[in-house]
Amino acid sequence: MTAVDSQNIMDTGPATDTAAPPPAEPERRNWAPYLLSLPALALYAVLLLVPLAMTFLLSLNSFGFYTGIQDVWQLGNYIDIVTDDYFHEIFLRTFRIAVLVTLLCAVLGAPEAYVLRRMKSPWRGLCLLVVLGPLLISVVSRTLGWALLFGSTGIINTALMSIGLIATPIEFMYTETGVVIALTHVLVPFMVLSVWASLQRLDPQVENAALSLGAKPFTVLRRVVLPQVVPGILSGSIIVFALAASAFATPAIIGGRRLKVAATLAYDEFLNTLNWPLGAAVAILLLIANVVIIVGCNRLIERRYKQVFE
Amino acid sequence: MPYLVLDKLTKRFGQWLAVDNLSLTVEKGELISLLGPSGCGKTTTLQMIAGFLDPSGGRVTLDGADLLAKKPNERGLGIVFQSYALFPHMTAAENVAFGLEMRNIPRADRDRMVKDALQLVGLGAFGDRYPRRMSGGQQQRVALARAMVIKPSLLLLDEPLSNLDAKMREEMQIELRRIQRTVGTTMILVTHDQAEAMALSDRVVIMNKGKVEQVAAPQDAYDNPASAFVANFLGRTNLLQGTLRQDGGGCRIDVAGTAWPVAAELPAGPGVLTVRPEKVTFVDGAGVPGLVRARVFQGTQWLFEIQTDAGPLTVIRQHDGQILPAENERVTVGWRAEDMRVMAGTAGGA
Repeated sequence: MTAVDSQNIMDTGPATDTAAPPPAEPERRNWAPYLLSLPALALYAVLLLVPLAMTFLLSLNSFGFYTGIQDVWQLGNYIDIVTDDYFHEIFLRTFRIAVLVTLLCAVLGAPEAYVLRRMKSPWRGLCLLVVLGPLLISVVSRTLGWALLFGSTGIINTALMSIGLIATPIEFMYTETGVVIALTHVLVPFMVLSVWASLQRLDPQVENAALSLGAKPFTVLRRVVLPQVVPGILSGSIIVFALAASAFATPAIIGGRRLKVAATLAYDEFLNTLNWPLGAAVAILLLIANVVIIVGCNRLIERRYKQVFE
Repeated sequence: MPYLVLDKLTKRFGQWLAVDNLSLTVEKGELISLLGPSGCGKTTTLQMIAGFLDPSGGRVTLDGADLLAKKPNERGLGIVFQSYALFPHMTAAENVAFGLEMRNIPRADRDRMVKDALQLVGLGAFGDRYPRRMSGGQQQRVALARAMVIKPSLLLLDEPLSNLDAKMREEMQIELRRIQRTVGTTMILVTHDQAEAMALSDRVVIMNKGKVEQVAAPQDAYDNPASAFVANFLGRTNLLQGTLRQDGGGCRIDVAGTAWPVAAELPAGPGVLTVRPEKVTFVDGAGVPGLVRARVFQGTQWLFEIQTDAGPLTVIRQHDGQILPAENERVTVGWRAEDMRVMAGTAGGA
């Protein structure tokens, strides 16, 4: 959401700058836009804001194994999480995975988008479909496929062992490596699309101009193309980071019960321990951390690239 | 010895011949224009010289060396693109410095050369500006400075002025001519604007459907068009269908009942007479009769649309106080025999 917004702000910046102030006439408010957006606003409020507020209130309640949820208002759950190493580890793991996935997506997705853009007509559409493929498949079947591939008797390990590269199977299942690989696969399309969008705004002659000035092809990429798609990479990173940090299905299946991340922790607190207030507190903390990191990065991008891509 | 030689240059896109056996020589220091309607192959030709397109056949040599053997980034040509193609993430000075950086020119020299180049195009004070913050004309000048600063052996300009408004375009034409005179770079200008080509070039190459129609100095091409296409493309012209005749006095062409002597020996049969609107006058004696359909005041001149038996005829007369016919007046028009051109064939074949 924030990334898309920031791109729009960059696009429409000059137009709003130069727009003359409306002439001073008796102001007649036009209600049509508000009325038209009312259904969406209502949906947003009912389905997002209300549950969020309820979750927050729930996180302030206390829980006892024999007493159940107590209708009291206190910060005990938050204090528990902040002071307990167990939770520290899970939150650290969540963000470590998210950062790794974001980096991998940037490293894989940006060149992929560039190559895709240079492809000829029938292949480009086909390859784009392949890239977007993971998004078209249900998260459960896709992740189960990964589980089959990753298993100690799965295709990857069997193949690597049969060609003699490894003696014992590499543990993909229930490891961070496995979660990172699977999440990268799912989230790379978001990076590709985001970089693609910024490549579309690139004047194709600019690369020729750099060539004609004596730049080698790699220098053209590094000095001319890359700086212009950095905003696209960064906004793609924000999307990927947010989705990776709050991902549930993939870590749940690949990571299992052993390798918990914040989202699966909240789920377990809700459904296994039945400690709803603690789960709610985990969810709220995850949301806050996400918002802080994303808004911070967004600010950084906007400030850094304001001058050039207003 | 010619500086740039295009020898039977050909480019095929599938079945379509974009450039058909184009041969051309350019002298050092010359400014030559490739002029023609869109799709005539002029930009394709430029792209092949620049190396962004591989020719299907033919050779290009620059100063005796085979240009096609070199990669685009090794050709050392300056190119000004129609879209300017400035690097948006670099300031004007950084844009201009890019080519020098690629040549590993030391920082101090580079700064001085960038300053000189921006000075040359009248942007000395704009080095710190980003392209987005500059007007079209200023961006155009940065693009020119960027291409000139590397002291290219050849400067290619692809419709460089087409994105500017009329007044700015005129200023830039003068500017471009001045710079060309000062620096003496050999330039190839691609344009569809005949006024621009005539104002700037030493010679114009008029192209149509991938072929060269005529190569000549602008005035020669205008006064002595080699084909009806050239006559029509270079400024307004009147094409009148007539009949060529041979008799005792030599060759003549009959147009709307009036006979005009033809200097050249042309076969009898259908012929086309072309005459420029500004060469046609209203006469009292013999001439082509017609009716004034419309007259339009254009500031320095009047434009007349005359209906004659040989078809509509455009006449341009200077606004200098002479008495001119009114609309719907019957008139007789004529021209000096030396101001007309006659070709065998029909006007439709143009």
